Amino acid sequence: MLESILNIAFLAQSLRISIPYALPALGATFSERGGVVNIALEGILLISAFATTVGVFYTESVLVGILCGISAGILTALFHSIVSVTFKADQIVSGIGINLFALGITKFFCQLIFNSSSNSARIVGLEQWTFLPALPILGNPFLFCTLFLLLISHFTLFRTRFGLRLRAVGEHPEAADTLGISVDKMRHIGVLLSGAFTGLAGAWLALDQHSFTDGMAAGRGFIALAAMIIGKWTPIGAVAASLLFGFAESLSLVLQEQSNVAQLIQMIPYLLTMIILCGFIGRATAPAADGIPYEKESA
Amino acid sequence: MYAVEMQHITKRFGHFTANHQVDFQVHEGEIHALIGENGAGKSTLMRILYGFYTPDAGQIYINGREVKIQKPSDAITLGVGMVHQHFMLIPPLTVTENIILGKEETNRLGILNLPLAAKQLTELSQTYRLHIDPSAKIEQVSIGFQQRIEILKILYRNAQIIILDEPTPILTPQEIDDLFKVLLQLKSEGKTIILITHKLSEVMTISNRITIMRHGKIVGTRETKSTTQTELARLMIGEEIGPPISKRPFIAHKDILIMEQVSAKGDRGVLAVRNVSLNVKEGEIIGIAGVEGNGQSELVQVIAGLRPFQVGEISIGSHSLSPTHGHQALAHIPEDRLRFGLILDFTLQENLILGRQQELRFRHYYFLQDSETRSYSSELIHSFDIRPEELSLPARNFSGGNQQKIVVARELSKNVPLIVASQPTRGLDIRAIDFIHNSLISERNKGKAILLVSSDLGEILKLSDRIAVMYEGEITKVFLTADTDEREIGMYMTGAKKKSA
Repeated sequence: MLESILNIAFLAQSLRISIPYALPALGATFSERGGVVNIALEGILLISAFATTVGVFYTESVLVGILCGISAGILTALFHSIVSVTFKADQIVSGIGINLFALGITKFFCQLIFNSSSNSARIVGLEQWTFLPALPILGNPFLFCTLFLLLISHFTLFRTRFGLRLRAVGEHPEAADTLGISVDKMRHIGVLLSGAFTGLAGAWLALDQHSFTDGMAAGRGFIALAAMIIGKWTPIGAVAASLLFGFAESLSLVLQEQSNVAQLIQMIPYLLTMIILCGFIGRATAPAADGIPYEKESA
Repeated sequence: MYAVEMQHITKRFGHFTANHQVDFQVHEGEIHALIGENGAGKSTLMRILYGFYTPDAGQIYINGREVKIQKPSDAITLGVGMVHQHFMLIPPLTVTENIILGKEETNRLGILNLPLAAKQLTELSQTYRLHIDPSAKIEQVSIGFQQRIEILKILYRNAQIIILDEPTPILTPQEIDDLFKVLLQLKSEGKTIILITHKLSEVMTISNRITIMRHGKIVGTRETKSTTQTELARLMIGEEIGPPISKRPFIAHKDILIMEQVSAKGDRGVLAVRNVSLNVKEGEIIGIAGVEGNGQSELVQVIAGLRPFQVGEISIGSHSLSPTHGHQALAHIPEDRLRFGLILDFTLQENLILGRQQELRFRHYYFLQDSETRSYSSELIHSFDIRPEELSLPARNFSGGNQQKIVVARELSKNVPLIVASQPTRGLDIRAIDFIHNSLISERNKGKAILLVSSDLGEILKLSDRIAVMYEGEITKVFLTADTDEREIGMYMTGAKKKSA
């Protein structure tokens, strides 16, 4: 039992599973630090996975596919930010709307393009970097990309003018406004960044699986959101929590092979979320204005 | 030429006109006081000058040149700075981060240079003797410190025209002196200062000229040295306030509230109320005087059943109080009306029967009796002069004075022998204060027992029959109001004089 966990393959699998949690979780820190709750991560993940599949399908180019995924992520996020920042609508409702919309529209175009509402054709996947053939996971460009983005995100959020202004807008938008900072602009950028990060994660999902399948986000967007919260709205925490979820899911995969209660074991990552949220992590403090549309008070 | 000239400024919020055809001029290098009652439109006018609101009509001239100020960054560029009434500071950020926000020291890549900024701020704070610690976080520092940060924020942007919106009510007398010294220094450097306030004594001390607003309009501008507080008060209110209702001598001596050796813990787990014994008789107002934070709030919460007490006995009328459970036999005007007095999103009508919805007259089996509640509410609105008279308007949309009148109306119309009123007039305008004072006195004249807690010593002296001073959780002295004065009470409030053994 232990040897099935304590080996390189298990570690590799955990890291691989963590990627589509870690990227959206990183993106969500920007959105939420700026004061916009983005539960549309799930839908963005799905739409960008589909866009990637289509991009690769028509061009045979992985790079074009990735760019399609990121662009689709940004576009979907733009919809969320227009609804919730420009028009001050409820951010949760907008997010739910996008998630439902994503399920429908991907199915529709999947049928249109691939003649099946549930599966796309097979596409080419990602080539491994082969400088370390013994450890294939370390040849995964997405893993390096995630690590790089983690460092950049941390630095951007806490050491730059942009990060300071973004955090200010998420904590006390009125104060930022009185100092001449455009609250809406900062919030738009935060949401779009979360779209770009999540779009990259969607690209990874499609390339990793060599196809698009209906509903393939499978709750990852929500888990990423939970990881961001458990990570206390910090990039490092968000990625650490994503690794934890990756590990838990990997563990449940191993245990399923050896057990006859597979369905119960599948719940491990979700149970873990709730248990951690309930207390181990301490009180999680969101940015003070997170989720609250900013409107100048009247009179 | 004026440093600031605003012409024909009009600003509406929905149907409400906050500023109507306002003309306002400020000379360069003067301290100009802008005074008026709450809701007179002072803050709105200054928020327009600062670009936080855009006016519906009118022009603004800075140093004689017409300018368009559409957002705060326009005002900042023109050298206008503003200290807002509610501080615009971001709690989890450091002092330095708060001050530089929007005008950050960075390299070409946008990376912050916090050490350089902190050094600049230290120099700036020394120049103006505004002592700060650049690396502290806002959530850790005092109110006076926060105000110094706000002023530095403006100086850091090198503002020449400085607006301060009601800077003094939150400060101690010592801090007010320090603030005024800073203002005089700024004036001596040629900066122009606009001070919003409604404290006339301060206006007379520090300002050069005074503009008075009422109901969104300018009613006059005066040279400080050629006016008087009486004239200013008359201009602010528009009429003389009548003398208060006189107190009827009350001779019955039945104790309503009896407290024996009561002790209770505060939020931090240490005793906040120590060994308090106090009786309030029918037809009597007892005022609790004290510097805030000496256990008055906790004492009120104990009596209202909102806080358990550890030792002692309390009874109201003939009912003895359980140490841990609330009860219904009193009217309570709470200190924080927005959190404990009202449900802001409920309507006026709902707030007026809040807590009484179980009474048979307001319900029919499990359903609220709307018609009965409606006529009851209309009566209260009329007798307590609550405006606007809209039963279905959420409490949130009323002015501070009218919100407090809603609380007072509900509580005073309960048929109970004891009224506990905590800071009943804080932040209200003169007219609302006057109304609430008269309401309390007339309840006293009807034979109610009233416990009044206020940090305004003038209010205590005006209303109370007896005054109890609270210091560090104890009642250190009880006076008959006729036998004492402000000075003597002050000595007990600060602990300079203590309990005579």
